[in-house]
Amino acid sequence: MNRDNDRGKIIGRRAILLGGGKLALISALVGRMYYLQVVEAGKYAVLADENRINLRLLPPPRGRILDRNGVPMAVNQQNYRVVIVSEQTDDLDDTLDALSTIIPINDHDRARIARDAKRHRSFVPVTVRENLSWEDVARIEINTPDLPGVMIDVGQSRNYPLEGLGAHLLGYVSAVSEADLQSSTDPLLELPGFRIGKAGVERVYDLALRGKGGTSQVEVNAVGRTIRELKRDEGEPGLDLNLTIDLELQQFAAQRLGQESAAAVVLDIHSGDILVMASTPSFDPNAFNRGLTSDEWRELISNPRSPLTNKAIAGQYPPGSTFKLMTAMAALESGAITADQRVFCPGQMSLGNITLHCWKKTGHGALDLVGGIKNSCDVYFYEIARRAGFERIAEMAKRFGLGTPLGLDVPGERGGIIPDKAWKRATLGQPWYPGETPINAIGQGYVLATPLQLAVMCARLANGGKAVEPHLARDIVQGVHAVPRQAPAWPDLGVSRQTLTLVRRGMTAVVNEPGGTAYSVRIKDEGMMMAAKTGSAQVKRISVRERESGVKKQDELAWKDRDHALFIAYAPEPEPRYACCVVVEHGMHGASAAGPVARDILIEVQKRYGQRTVQTAPDRPRDQDGLAQHDHDHDHGEHGDHG
Amino acid sequence: MISYRHFQFSRSEMSLREKLWQVSWSFVLLVTVVCSIGFLTLYSAANGNIDPWASRQMMRFLVGMAVMLSVSMVDIRAWMRWSYTLYVIALVLLMAVEIRGSVGMGAQRWIDLGFIQLQPSEIMKITLVLALARYFHGATYQDVGRPLFLVPPLIMVLAPVGFVLKQPDLGTAMMLTLASGAMFFLSGVRLWKFALIIGSGCGAVPVAWRFMREYQRQRIITFLNPENDPLGAGYHILQSKIALGSGGLFGKGFMLGTQSHLNFLPEKQTDFIFTMLAEEWGMVGGVVLVGLYTLILVYGYAMSLRSRSQFGRLTGLGLTTTFFLYVFINTAMVMGLVPVVGVPLPLISYGGTAMLTLLFGFGLIMSVYIHRDVHIGRRGAVDEV
Repeated sequence: MNRDNDRGKIIGRRAILLGGGKLALISALVGRMYYLQVVEAGKYAVLADENRINLRLLPPPRGRILDRNGVPMAVNQQNYRVVIVSEQTDDLDDTLDALSTIIPINDHDRARIARDAKRHRSFVPVTVRENLSWEDVARIEINTPDLPGVMIDVGQSRNYPLEGLGAHLLGYVSAVSEADLQSSTDPLLELPGFRIGKAGVERVYDLALRGKGGTSQVEVNAVGRTIRELKRDEGEPGLDLNLTIDLELQQFAAQRLGQESAAAVVLDIHSGDILVMASTPSFDPNAFNRGLTSDEWRELISNPRSPLTNKAIAGQYPPGSTFKLMTAMAALESGAITADQRVFCPGQMSLGNITLHCWKKTGHGALDLVGGIKNSCDVYFYEIARRAGFERIAEMAKRFGLGTPLGLDVPGERGGIIPDKAWKRATLGQPWYPGETPINAIGQGYVLATPLQLAVMCARLANGGKAVEPHLARDIVQGVHAVPRQAPAWPDLGVSRQTLTLVRRGMTAVVNEPGGTAYSVRIKDEGMMMAAKTGSAQVKRISVRERESGVKKQDELAWKDRDHALFIAYAPEPEPRYACCVVVEHGMHGASAAGPVARDILIEVQKRYGQRTVQTAPDRPRDQDGLAQHDHDHDHGEHGDHG
Repeated sequence: MISYRHFQFSRSEMSLREKLWQVSWSFVLLVTVVCSIGFLTLYSAANGNIDPWASRQMMRFLVGMAVMLSVSMVDIRAWMRWSYTLYVIALVLLMAVEIRGSVGMGAQRWIDLGFIQLQPSEIMKITLVLALARYFHGATYQDVGRPLFLVPPLIMVLAPVGFVLKQPDLGTAMMLTLASGAMFFLSGVRLWKFALIIGSGCGAVPVAWRFMREYQRQRIITFLNPENDPLGAGYHILQSKIALGSGGLFGKGFMLGTQSHLNFLPEKQTDFIFTMLAEEWGMVGGVVLVGLYTLILVYGYAMSLRSRSQFGRLTGLGLTTTFFLYVFINTAMVMGLVPVVGVPLPLISYGGTAMLTLLFGFGLIMSVYIHRDVHIGRRGAVDEV
């Protein structure tokens, strides 16, 4: 009995110890619960929400791009896709067999579908085919009872209904690149299949066109299946952007340029609205959205007529005789010559030990300023340039918008070159030689300009010396909103009215007086009179040997060696409203290759928008047409002789 | 076969009616309440469906209740007589699963008898307690002090632990070891011996590490730093802690636990059911359940210590300790206090074997209480005075 009592004492004592230990451990459990569920509760509540709440981005519909009259140039197209949800079908293969009797599914597609179905959870829809036609959609919808798990899904894809027309200024959208992701924090870019503007207007106004993404908060389970939607924010759709382009005019211009490698720009000389900006040949921006094959890409970049380049703003050409207008203005403004001073052209001119030729070997005789412009006499401009000096001419050209990009709202604009002493020292490390002045004064040598710059130069001449600047968006875009443009008050360029009037008289004479270099392309319609200046830009220097062996005719040369044809014009005179520049690469003669296109475009724009004021058309006898016919052949005189 | 010597205070020959009168019905009610909490939680786990879990668990509970009451009616001396036999049978079964068993969950743990999956390691949890209680029954403080006296019970413990470890089932091995340790402690084994064992155990950690399976090592590494591998092995612990923490003080409400119902919480109807309960009922719910468990422990202690026999007291306390280990290892595991070892929450986790084992154990404790005044001689069967 004692033994039992002893044992009872020991076990009692130790049971109390053991029980105490257990209670201590249970207290630890309660303490742990307190720590997790009270102290750290906030942190874990957040983590639990992060687990179950998925933020899904809702891509906003991209804003459309419209022309000035509201005609769509870039739209969003419903993209009908047929998808299959593998968990809703008994046998994926059987269902696909049934589906393939409605739409073709090849073995390659099948393999891809099987792969996708295996890779994703069984409730994730797998795309079978995209871009279905309405007929296909309807046939699938009718047969849905026999096609378990097959559904039609609607997405949006960018579409350019005009294909090549205006492609250069519109640009295109394309998949987001790694670099885009790094330079932007917009979560929309991470959406699979999201497209952003990669060129042209699509790129410049991308943020406005893109809009703001909406969000949908959904509750998901551990494997990612959506249980229900908790909250939805629709976001903001992209801005519909109106351009200043007139689509019908643009189409007209593109058709007139045809298959030439060429550019045409038309702008409103007062507002700076660009009505036409065409560059041919063009490309189909839809291909970029869809994704180009490497063959397509190779073909685009190896084409000698460079379809991807927007020649209107990125093509730099020697302006040729069109630049003579700047030389004339600089000489007049500096007082180097007066309106009535005549220069005698014997067909050539000596300067030091070099001899410079006029395009007309027989010479023009004595010419005043208007006559010099009308005949595009090289010797006349050699002489006035010599008197004025090139620094003054360069300064005048810059005032008129040459030499630097104009700040157009489309990327890829180039600045051209207006050389002067400082430029030459900086780029070539040489001083300016006097012999370079006459060559550059007639738009050869180092001078380069884009068609847009020449159109703006022409507009600034025509609008009374106002520094008009071109633009493509009808409204000013601020963030995702459009604010209408105010009536512009362009700064004055500080050129005297007399000078402008004289030069404009010269330009009027070029087209409207018999013997003018572009008399053949004059506009005869009442009140639509055009004033213009032709130009041919030498591409290949003609060597002394070639000259001695007899100058080859331009059309005997290879296409790439032929001169560029340039033509700048404004209309209607005397109350001008539109300025135009047409450049045809290797078109040889400004008056014959570029002039008719510019004339037709200017007639078309005036027909569509009317002339600002009724005016008296210069009374030109029609029977002189024939007389002028041979005239346009002569505007190839810029083969300046470099001795 | 064996005759008993009767003393005047002996209650050895109680009638069934007397025994039923002695049953602690409040304890039975307590167990029923805890099990009912389990049914509710399983109902929620099935998104408000009685099937597939709650209904089957109720059936098992009813069977288990019958087993528990039957076990409690059997005389404590009979349990003592059969204790070694039952132990040997359990050990043989353990060996049998080692030799031939169906493969499941990456470990061979049960024998398929057709109507029930027999898990010998579960049986061992009870028979080992019985066998040790019998061995230490009647041993004096002096006996226990002799090192040689401790060799047979050590072998009795290490043999099944070895087999269980080989399965490998870390959780059961831990429970067997700790419950046996508690019984050694209660029997009066000197404290310095425990210090020695624990000390050398710590020294053996590097050795044990070498013999561990890769997944066991992984579990320990993950336990020590679950954030290391949030999508892999650490996922369970992390999601469990998120579920507990986000439940807060008052919980998200019945059937509204997001972590559980959206399946972020793994094994929500078995090993992680405590997490689900505490997510939906908050800390308040968790503390109430732990309180009920503590009450069961208190009952276990009270009933065991009322026994006049060493065998009864050791059996009762050993089984109570086993129950405690279930509770502690499971809850500490889901709270990230101990590694994930796969121990169910007693009376609540879905699963028949653990339920039966526990109710069988409670039946034994009740038998100890009902037969608390039965005198058992030093060798149990034959009283030598």
